[in-house]
Amino acid sequence: MITVKEVEHAAKLARLELCEEEKEKYTEQFSKILDYFNQLKEVNTEDVEPMAHVFPVKNVFRDDKAEVSSIRTEILKNAPLEEDGFFKVPKI
Amino acid sequence: MTTKIKYETVIGLEVHAQVKTKSKIFCNSATEFGQEHNSQVCPVCLGYPGTLPVLNRKVVEYAILAGLALNCEIAKHSKFDRKHYFYPDLPKNIQISQYDMPICKNGHIMINGKKIRINRIHMEEDAGKLVHAGSAGISGASYSLVDYNRTGVPLLEIVSEADISSPEEARFYVEKLRNIVKYLDVCDGNLEEGSLRCDANVSIRPFGQKELGTKVEIKNLNSFKALQRSLEYEVDRQIYEIENGGKIIQETRLWKDDQGITLSMRTKEESHDYRYFPEPDLPILEIDAEWVHKIRETLPELPDEKRLRYIEKTGLSEYDASVIVDSIETAKFFDDALKLTNNAKSAANWLMGDITAYLKENKLNLNDIKLTPESLVEMIDLIDKGTISNAIAKKIIVSLMEKGGSAQKIVEEQGLTVISDEGQILEAVKKVIKENPGEVEKYKSGKTQVIGFFVGQIMKETKGKANPAVINKLFKEEMEK
Ligand SMILES: [Zn+2]
Repeated sequence: MITVKEVEHAAKLARLELCEEEKEKYTEQFSKILDYFNQLKEVNTEDVEPMAHVFPVKNVFRDDKAEVSSIRTEILKNAPLEEDGFFKVPKI
Repeated sequence: MTTKIKYETVIGLEVHAQVKTKSKIFCNSATEFGQEHNSQVCPVCLGYPGTLPVLNRKVVEYAILAGLALNCEIAKHSKFDRKHYFYPDLPKNIQISQYDMPICKNGHIMINGKKIRINRIHMEEDAGKLVHAGSAGISGASYSLVDYNRTGVPLLEIVSEADISSPEEARFYVEKLRNIVKYLDVCDGNLEEGSLRCDANVSIRPFGQKELGTKVEIKNLNSFKALQRSLEYEVDRQIYEIENGGKIIQETRLWKDDQGITLSMRTKEESHDYRYFPEPDLPILEIDAEWVHKIRETLPELPDEKRLRYIEKTGLSEYDASVIVDSIETAKFFDDALKLTNNAKSAANWLMGDITAYLKENKLNLNDIKLTPESLVEMIDLIDKGTISNAIAKKIIVSLMEKGGSAQKIVEEQGLTVISDEGQILEAVKKVIKENPGEVEKYKSGKTQVIGFFVGQIMKETKGKANPAVINKLFKEEMEK
């Protein structure tokens, strides 16, 4: 079972502001999701290799080649605030 | 009254080494240092929606190479994970790193005969760089500026076990690690520029106590001196706290180099709740024995092996051999010289003596000067054949470093060949004897050590070109007359 407190914690980490109603709703939904995982846990996996990825692909690489980028101005257009070619953010 | 408890220091280090690839770890943006800010970025490293990372093969190969050099097991299966945190230097709000299946595990290096275990090496992407602007405008508001050129530059994080038991040993460990990654050409090892970065975890406990004390993490260590000094300060601080009824809190402290102290950083809220999960955009890595074997074949001779070879095969002392292998530039130069001369000892002496002194004085690197292994060996041969004196060689070496060229040519052009002609030298001997009657008295009264003074003066008179053996002989003959 998931508690409201845990939902509040997860929301804080994800920088989400939730109202009381949402908190309750998500608490219920999270609990259901976890129940489902608990159901999956019942499956016997003794002879099954753990899997980190759903597709049967491995070792996809690129060669170490650098390309010159010329999108600086374009990219800075997307910055809410810009100064001298830097992205400008609130003081850390 | 405080009882005199002896404390034991326990240190573990995390070293981040920037990998020397041409392109970033998951995209083909360039990695060159010192370029115009935000000029080496692309939608992938800036985390634009819809982009996908593709792993740079070279990073994996370098990670395996480093793992082999540090005596690690190379994982057969490895994967990437997402580490979540919010910070403006991280455009994706996740850092692609490796959590529970790092590429290398269980290694070690030897520091003065002691084994320091390496827990793991993993690959990850670097974050951007924050420039903190001062107060601006009328409002006095301060803000930060972000440069994302460094975002996505490949890093190897090398994590030691808490096997290090003094600040000095910590410095030795990082120096050795740096030397190894430089030998491998995996990282250029520059602490000041940040291509090698180090965080330290340190705690103390009374000798004999089994459980570890509370550990403190220290950041902002950008020189070997800072590393050692900050740890020394932190150990003293922790002892003081404990002996005065205080408590050590688990926290991150920042080293303030100008003040020589560590200061508590505001604890990042929930900073250790990174919520790792497997990176769904990158398939798993399967590293077979054949690949590892191929990479092992490319392992260069490492500092420890080189040192042994110098001692066993070329007859250098342990000290000389250690000094030379401590710098890959010096070791390379020395190896090239060894191919041309049998007088290893002389080549080593010149490298560690006049050449190193000159480089230090002028803040230069061996690669910055015009001296070559060929010209050094040519000069050594001239000394060995008796063509030039050591005093003259000391002048020639400076010229070779500054202007380059050939020692033989300099000798010919400037007429620096040793004078062994007795007649010519005798003239100088007689002159010096005549000018220094007081010293002559001393010599005759039995203070024969003043001979050093005479040899020096006669050398001066002949501009360093006289053969010292001939000077000695002639001077003694004159004194016996
Ligand atoms: Zn990029």
